[in-house]
Amino acid sequence: MKEPINGKAWKFGDDISTDLIAPGRYFHLRTNLPELAKHVLEDADPEFPSNVNPGDFVVAGRNFGLGSSREHAPTIIKLAGVNAVLAKSFARIFYRNAINVGLPVLICDTDKVDEGDELEVDLSAGIIKDITKGIEITFNPLPDVMIRILNDGGLASHIEKHGDFKLED
Amino acid sequence: MYSGEHMGKTISEKIIGEHAGKEVSAGDIVVAGVDVTAVQDGTGPLAVQQLRKINLVEAKNPNRTILFIDHAAPSPNRDLSNAHNILRQFAKDTGVILSEVGEGVCHQRLVESYVKPGDILIGADSHTCTSGALGAFSTGMGSTDVAIGIALGKTWLRVPETFKINVTGKFQKGVYAKDLILHIIGMIGADGATYKALEFSGETIQNMTMSERFTLTNMAVEAGAKTGLVESDEVTRRYLKEMGREDEFRPIIADEDAVYERIIDIDASAIEPVISAPHTVDNVKSIKDLAGTKVDQVFIGTCTNGRLDDLEIAASVLKGKQRHPDTRLIVTPASKQVYIQAMEKGYIQTLVEAGAAVMAPGCGPCVGVHQGILANDEVCIATQNRNFKGRMGNPDSYIYLSSPATAAAAAVAGEIIDPREVL
Repeated sequence: MKEPINGKAWKFGDDISTDLIAPGRYFHLRTNLPELAKHVLEDADPEFPSNVNPGDFVVAGRNFGLGSSREHAPTIIKLAGVNAVLAKSFARIFYRNAINVGLPVLICDTDKVDEGDELEVDLSAGIIKDITKGIEITFNPLPDVMIRILNDGGLASHIEKHGDFKLED
Repeated sequence: MYSGEHMGKTISEKIIGEHAGKEVSAGDIVVAGVDVTAVQDGTGPLAVQQLRKINLVEAKNPNRTILFIDHAAPSPNRDLSNAHNILRQFAKDTGVILSEVGEGVCHQRLVESYVKPGDILIGADSHTCTSGALGAFSTGMGSTDVAIGIALGKTWLRVPETFKINVTGKFQKGVYAKDLILHIIGMIGADGATYKALEFSGETIQNMTMSERFTLTNMAVEAGAKTGLVESDEVTRRYLKEMGREDEFRPIIADEDAVYERIIDIDASAIEPVISAPHTVDNVKSIKDLAGTKVDQVFIGTCTNGRLDDLEIAASVLKGKQRHPDTRLIVTPASKQVYIQAMEKGYIQTLVEAGAAVMAPGCGPCVGVHQGILANDEVCIATQNRNFKGRMGNPDSYIYLSSPATAAAAAVAGEIIDPREVL
């Protein structure tokens, strides 16, 4: 995987639903993802879409991404330039979708991270450094299957490359 | 247990094992064949775009691949009309089935016509778990996962651990399957069953109609579950017969010695009518804690509670009455078949006379895209499965979830009341 990545933390609470990430009132923008991305997470934090910088991190509590199967949710988080989502836990469909679209999702204890903290994440070493706080946080490694799909750039690229699922050697 | 010795299997382990061509246990990751694949108008266009991008414009099983136009149907604007045409064109190019405007919600159409016991269904909609009540392994995924399933006829799955929900006893008057599933979600939490399968069993479930069972499995995902399942039995067989496909019945039953991660026993007779209050489904409250809450809009319908028995209950509460003058009432039958039967039985007549606006079969206002967007600070009580902030198109509004009886009672009273007062 890539070198360590740096960015600022945007902090969210528990139960951030896909309705908060990609609101239903923008349903008609689902075939225009760059437009939809202008509204990403705006119902959870109105400042987020206009102020997020490429390389920033979304840092949340429990059950991030609960709700609908809309893959548009992780896609527009990625399109907004977010490096990775860190949360205490993820809803199942969101987690799978994030990997499929090439957005790293890391399960870790996010309590000590505050809004605006400078983070450095080393995906292959499994370490998150909160540079502002001077602390290290470990995260659970992704399942092998998901690392393979993520390294291929998502599921569509994985299938394009191998012509089939290639989940083991 | 020694390895190699037969271990009892859950319903999920049995079905996934059959489709992976080997014995599997919870925690295994396998590639499995899929029988039925489905997308809807919110997720399907992206699935089609993904397939076109990697030049894989084909369907392994076109007769069991269905593209549903149900979430924004009929289309409320030009962008969605164009999105619908992406699906129509893909159906023409590949020979898959298109379910048009007015035919109904994907989950209702899937159980009526496409899914049979023992199948694996993957659908690009989180409530795909509904079909699990037929004894099928059915789960929601995103557009790309389902796109690949459409093209290759297979997917990768982690075999889930299972919670057995064992329900005994009879419901009190005014208590329904919806109250039971809300009660369960309130008890275990919105992430209480993440990645798990829920098997609903026990005498209460055995005595339920298929429609009631669909209400339970539909909401499994609201506890985070991968799917909800019910063993197929004589009730399932009769349902399939009614749908003209009795020959597709087969018994799907968990082994007596199946290994469950958790067993939850519930006494149905102890449950009271309940409501999920804003803004999470697990915020479940007793009706008496919410009585008197003013209601601006009542919505009866959806894949959770838009079937014939739901409309029957609503009609029985509203018969000869009028909606409260300050409360709008929207009714959406889950499918064309439900709509026709509800007309034949006179329920639609009763509901319209009581002041209901009846919408074409589909998702109706549940997704927040059309047909009943809430105004600022408005309150809706709905028979749907989600009450997240912004769900019905406005983050500055409030959604309560209930059974059709409770929703219909609120339409008459103009506020939340105990449905037992009017039944």
